[in-house]
Amino acid sequence: MSELALTLLRLTFLVLLWVLVLVTVLVLRRDLKAPRDARPLAPARGGGLPPAPTAPAAPAPVKPRKPARARRGGPGSLAVVEGPLTGTVIPLGTAPVTIGRAADSTLVLDDEYASNNHARLALVDGRWVVQDLGSTNGTWIGRTRLTAPTELTVGQQVRVGRTTLELRK
Amino acid sequence: MTITAAPPTAPARYRQPKRRGAELGLLVLGFVVAAIGYVQVDFAVLGELDTTTVRVLGVAGVMVLVVHLLVRVFAPYADPIVLPVAATLNLLGLTMIHRLDLADARRAAQSGGAVPSPDVSSQLTWTGLGLLLAVLVLLVVRDHRRLQRFTYTSLLAGIVLLLLPLVPGLGYGVRGATLWIRLGGYTFQPGELAKIVLTVFFAGYLSMKRDSLALVRSKVLGLELPRGRDLGPLLVAWVVSLAILVFETDLGTSLLFFGLAVCLLYVATQRRSWLVLGTVLFLSGAALAYAAFGHVRLRFDLWLHPFDDPSGAGYQIVQSLYGLASGGLFGSGLGQGYPQLVPFAKSDFIVAAFGEEIGLAGLFAMLMLYAILVQRGFRIAVACRDPFGSLLAAGLAIVTALQVFIVVGGVTRLIPLTGLTTPFLSQGGSSLVANWIAVALLLRVSDNTRRPDPSLLPDDARTQVVRL
Repeated sequence: MSELALTLLRLTFLVLLWVLVLVTVLVLRRDLKAPRDARPLAPARGGGLPPAPTAPAAPAPVKPRKPARARRGGPGSLAVVEGPLTGTVIPLGTAPVTIGRAADSTLVLDDEYASNNHARLALVDGRWVVQDLGSTNGTWIGRTRLTAPTELTVGQQVRVGRTTLELRK
Repeated sequence: MTITAAPPTAPARYRQPKRRGAELGLLVLGFVVAAIGYVQVDFAVLGELDTTTVRVLGVAGVMVLVVHLLVRVFAPYADPIVLPVAATLNLLGLTMIHRLDLADARRAAQSGGAVPSPDVSSQLTWTGLGLLLAVLVLLVVRDHRRLQRFTYTSLLAGIVLLLLPLVPGLGYGVRGATLWIRLGGYTFQPGELAKIVLTVFFAGYLSMKRDSLALVRSKVLGLELPRGRDLGPLLVAWVVSLAILVFETDLGTSLLFFGLAVCLLYVATQRRSWLVLGTVLFLSGAALAYAAFGHVRLRFDLWLHPFDDPSGAGYQIVQSLYGLASGGLFGSGLGQGYPQLVPFAKSDFIVAAFGEEIGLAGLFAMLMLYAILVQRGFRIAVACRDPFGSLLAAGLAIVTALQVFIVVGGVTRLIPLTGLTTPFLSQGGSSLVANWIAVALLLRVSDNTRRPDPSLLPDDARTQVVRL
């Protein structure tokens, strides 16, 4: 084989090797983006942002639909203000929000002090009501442990395990 | 009218992409790259295709393809990048081993000796065995959390494997490092399997104990010191790694296991103090071993002053440095350099062989592949929700990263030279098999993590739309 052909082969090899690296990085980049849609099934641990499945910001690719807002001027989101997931904001639609360690919770907590199905936030007659689901360590508003479903108003904080949540506009 | 079984408030779930198509595409591309290299070797050295080329490439291609198809069946949600990257590195390793086989054959022909049997066929067999074991791991370990039950069993197995080369009559040393065992006619490097088993142990142990290990006792100079009694595991790892350094005289294996313990402690507890403590402990241990043992000193001197005896003790490292230098930016081209001048070019010094023939540009691409592999490991660890799976994936990534660092660092004279293999590239069955098992574990963890819970799939799978 001629010198020229060998040189061409050699350069093809090097170029293709880098093409492989770049294509892999492209696939990898798409994979980094994908979890935003898929987060409810695979939330990142620690600092992950599992948004509510019905989050208006992330409409389901399967059957896109915009959940109607509860009430104009009503609470718009649930924010984590304390705990490992601090900074996470869950936009509220009309669907109930479940909180706990179970994988199918809306907000999946990685917290030894939280129960699997710890608490539930649901829209009842246009108001957001928080309910403890028989958790071990309780759901707290201030210093009172919830014994019955309680309405949550904007700005009020709920504590679940080591996580504190706040209802926001 | 449409009736849906799911209540209207049921949260919409998202279909997790399986991305097996991307995996296949990357696999094909990786195969093409390695095949071009293989063919180039033949044309550069022989001027024609070697008689075995088509067979080796065909068998390797089919094996990888079969594994891909099995992953589609048994781990459909697994990460799409891990398998192609590992397979590409494995195939590139075959290419380089074939290239060195041709050099050996030519040398034998010139000196009139018998032509040695090509190592590439045994490497191909080991590749097949590694892939087979990887598939078996995927089949047997349906849920990685099951492995947590074997936490202490793996500790025992790991320590036994590590110390096996020290058993008289069984251990087998090459060039001063006692890392092998010999049984019958076969040699085996038990440390390679030990790294997987010990990763399982560390992951299991730390997922149980990480809370107490994260406790802070006192703060010294901004460093959060752990409690004294929590230092136990770190000290045990330190003693074991020192024993390896002194008795098996291998800095690489020693650094690999101690590094794994320290890094995983850090990952599990998020306390930087473990890293500081680990570094201090390791450096003081190495200094102690240097002062006390002659053979350790010899290794260090070879590292610091290789040119004192360039044709004797320093021959290997000096030749590899010359090889890297002559390769330059773009290399001599596969089959056009002299990588065979370095002793053990197929195993310990395969990185130097690549550096000479595909140059800095090619070597960096390969290091990028390793970086991607490690990144995937950490990504899988981050996505995994149970602490055991997280730590397992992180541990496997750390082991791979450390091993590549130790090998490439040794060859380029950044750290003292060691007898570790380059993952997937080097000739050597135990290493190949162990690394493929690690890949299978990563695929398993990522498959379990990304796979939607069947109970969470009602919208598409169970809801029936009935038109009336």
